[in-house]
Amino acid sequence: MPSIAKPIAVHPSLHRNAIGLNLRDYEGAMSTLCAGCGHDSITAAITRALWELSIEPHMIAKLSGIGCSSKTPTYFVSGAHGFNSAHGRMAAIATGANAANRELTYIGISGDGDSLSIGLGHLCHAIRRNVNMLYVIENNGVYGLTKGQFSASADVGSKSKRGEANRMAPIDPAMLALSIGATFVARSFSGDKEQLVPILKAAIAHRGFALVDVISPCVTFNDHNGSTKSYLYTRKHMQKTTEADFVPPATEILATIGQSGTTTVTMHDGSVVRFTAVPKDYDPTNRQQVLNYLQQNHDAIATGLLYVDESVADLHEMNRTPATSLSRVPQEKLCPGAAALNELQEDFR
Amino acid sequence: MHQLLRTRVNDFALKLANVNGTGSASANSLLMQAIFRMGIPVSGKNLFPSNIQGLPTWYEIRVNKDGYTARALDYDLMVAMNSQTYAQDVAEVREGGYLLYDSTWPLDPHLIREDVNYLAVPFSKMCNETFKEARERILMKNIAYAGTLVALLDVDMGVVEQLLDEKFSAKKAMRESNTKALRLGYDFAKEHLQCPLPFHLEKMDANGDKILIDGNTAAALGCVYAGATVAAWYPITPSTSCMDAFKEFCEKYRKDPETGDNNFCILQAEDELGAIGMVIGASWNGARAFTSTSGPGISLMNELLGLAYYAEIPAVIVDVQRVGPSTGMPTRTQQGDVMEAAYASHGDTKHILLFPSNPAECFEFAPKAFDLAERFQTPVFLMTDLDIGMNDWVVPRLTWDGTYVPDRGRVLNQEQVSQLAKFQRYYPEDENFVAARTLPGMHSKGAFFTRGSGHNKFGGYTETPAEYQEVVDRLLKKHQAAAKFVPAPVIVKQPGARVGIITIGGCDPAVREAVDLLAARGIAADYMRIRGFPFDSSVEDFIMHHNFCFVVEQNRDAQLRSLLVLETSVPKDRLRSVLSYGGFPLSARHVVDPILGQVPPEPQTVAPKTDSNLRTVKSDSWE
Repeated sequence: MPSIAKPIAVHPSLHRNAIGLNLRDYEGAMSTLCAGCGHDSITAAITRALWELSIEPHMIAKLSGIGCSSKTPTYFVSGAHGFNSAHGRMAAIATGANAANRELTYIGISGDGDSLSIGLGHLCHAIRRNVNMLYVIENNGVYGLTKGQFSASADVGSKSKRGEANRMAPIDPAMLALSIGATFVARSFSGDKEQLVPILKAAIAHRGFALVDVISPCVTFNDHNGSTKSYLYTRKHMQKTTEADFVPPATEILATIGQSGTTTVTMHDGSVVRFTAVPKDYDPTNRQQVLNYLQQNHDAIATGLLYVDESVADLHEMNRTPATSLSRVPQEKLCPGAAALNELQEDFR
Repeated sequence: MHQLLRTRVNDFALKLANVNGTGSASANSLLMQAIFRMGIPVSGKNLFPSNIQGLPTWYEIRVNKDGYTARALDYDLMVAMNSQTYAQDVAEVREGGYLLYDSTWPLDPHLIREDVNYLAVPFSKMCNETFKEARERILMKNIAYAGTLVALLDVDMGVVEQLLDEKFSAKKAMRESNTKALRLGYDFAKEHLQCPLPFHLEKMDANGDKILIDGNTAAALGCVYAGATVAAWYPITPSTSCMDAFKEFCEKYRKDPETGDNNFCILQAEDELGAIGMVIGASWNGARAFTSTSGPGISLMNELLGLAYYAEIPAVIVDVQRVGPSTGMPTRTQQGDVMEAAYASHGDTKHILLFPSNPAECFEFAPKAFDLAERFQTPVFLMTDLDIGMNDWVVPRLTWDGTYVPDRGRVLNQEQVSQLAKFQRYYPEDENFVAARTLPGMHSKGAFFTRGSGHNKFGGYTETPAEYQEVVDRLLKKHQAAAKFVPAPVIVKQPGARVGIITIGGCDPAVREAVDLLAARGIAADYMRIRGFPFDSSVEDFIMHHNFCFVVEQNRDAQLRSLLVLETSVPKDRLRSVLSYGGFPLSARHVVDPILGQVPPEPQTVAPKTDSNLRTVKSDSWE
């Protein structure tokens, strides 16, 4: 994808994180998306989340498929390896990458075409395997690069720029993920950084696959009257189901949680997600309740950290792989050697 | 009356006709293994249906003291245990041969051939009287006919007993039933039939320390030895047993003795698109990763194989070829993926292919495939087939060089990366046109964007014609450079030969036998078995040193020949095709007869006219 390098100019007052890096260290090349594109706001939120979490840039792997959304990994953390793969295949490639090296933080960026049509199978199975990664769907209901076709997330009745109405039922990634055992499901809006950043941080801390569906209006093809993924429509219909606050591990804040939060969930790494403004009877750790809630409130766009379960083993735990990267296991441990081969061959006599 | 075959020791073929799913496979492999242990060259070919239970299935055993163990088409003995296929099975017995059948029920008169000797044994009756359980009666009938064959063919009973002891060491009751059934068939034959038959076995010492192994198991073992840690696959016949074996070997060899951790990760993918994606992701991240599949899987993998080729990411693909197109015949063998694999994916792509001829080479070539994939940062195909992959072959004992160090190719380590002024992914290149890569997780200076979209030699996005071409031109040179690194062809020359015979893979034993048979008929032919693509210059030299060459392969469209025409500068008319593609393993006759029809049995062969290449001979009619 084309990209433009940013001028290197760091204001001395820029804050440094725990590993001494400032926000600019987590930025990438200049975006070449349309001005006002929701995706750029998500990029900014990811940049901030990674900076706030103080993850070393080279320990991050950014993966994407094909589409407008899939261009965005170029626009954050230029010090991280990136893989702009093929349309719909990112989940599979990320699964293999994660299998080889579990020590990295995996950020997968996808779109509604990439994830809900051509790559739907890979997405579902990455969820089932509970691959430890953040998986962001930058969801605009439309195919941008091919100029405005409906995607599988377009709502019934939503109109294209040319006025044609979509008649097919949409695939709701949050409902889908919940129904196949996802362990972390969140929805947010690109225009709400306050909500998105803590969600992204919690998603990265999550043990396993974290799906974050972000409504991200397409200013060029899907921001008109009649669209249900426009800025206006989303702002009008967005309903903050939960407000989540992410508390990093080892900061002594646990004592205050009980007073201000309705629910807290301790993440696998010891960090805490503190939910506030949760509707009565909403339990973000109860899959059935969350599904019921989403079904009953389908007219609104329910946002927030919708569901989390830290108790499920991730891909590596299920496969009992070593705690460190498989790719670093030395050959001596991998090759049984000549003597073992001789012995084995007695079975083939 | 029936004419008798002359006495032949250790030189005959038998075919066993069974019903799929009735347990015949264990009886048949018991026989095959016993003959192997008697030190006699032997092969077993399983001709099975795509079915779990009920359809006809055959097993062929060829015994040959001189070591010719390609599939034989003349059956001295037919073991006809499937009434559904009686007519066909009776018809396939050679003149003067024998047919063993279950005489519990009388044979229909139309099945009686005057020139065949019938051996009647009431297997069902005996088993029904001896065993109580219905399932046991069916299973033990197989062991009973094995017992009869032990008597008829002079199989060493001690060896058979030993095999049963090993197989049922933990199952005493099973061992007893098997002994009983074996004796039923053996004793009946000894009492009622002429034992042994004119063709029978005698102990030899031709097998030395050879082993009996199938190619899928051997390829899997090779992947373990190569140090593969990530394997991703989607179940597909006939490759499934490759991943099953990999898992088994990993369970045995890859459990960390200190921690109990698995030093491997096997991912059963959602489809072959996912499987190759996982392999590419893992290789990108520095693991040795592979997939095992067959033609339909390669079709699906085409998309991402192009990505791996263009973005220069290693990948190893074990392709156990089966009969295509489409679903084709999943349980039948073919070499039908040659062209598909060579040029897999859209755009200009070329891949490295290795062609093992038997399980021993599957083992040997697996680490080579990983070395080449990492050295050249590209997909490498290990092209086996169902015949190699699923049949047991007698092969030389596998050896392992303890000094083997995996060739990880040009990968910068942390120190090298940290000292770089600026990392450029595809520049500079080495003498093999390969540029150094970096792995994620090492250093920020090595970070770059891997992409399947247009890129320049620095790894940056481009839509500029010159920048794009510079990269793909280097990729072509890189592919050509690999020719020196793939296994060289095996060439066997004969004095005065003016004709060459070229082949690949599992055709090897049949073609070698054919070369000898042709020599006996006065046609001297040199032999070349190609073992890798891109072709080394020795391939072209061989062709140019002969007036013309026959290219023997198992597909309809002469894919190897096409590849030779496309990728060498030899004139098209120097290559003639001998094709067999019905789905069964190749026999020497499939090769000899078409060549005899084209070459006069005199050494002074005349160079063909230019249109001679059109005289393609299809030998499929024997199937």
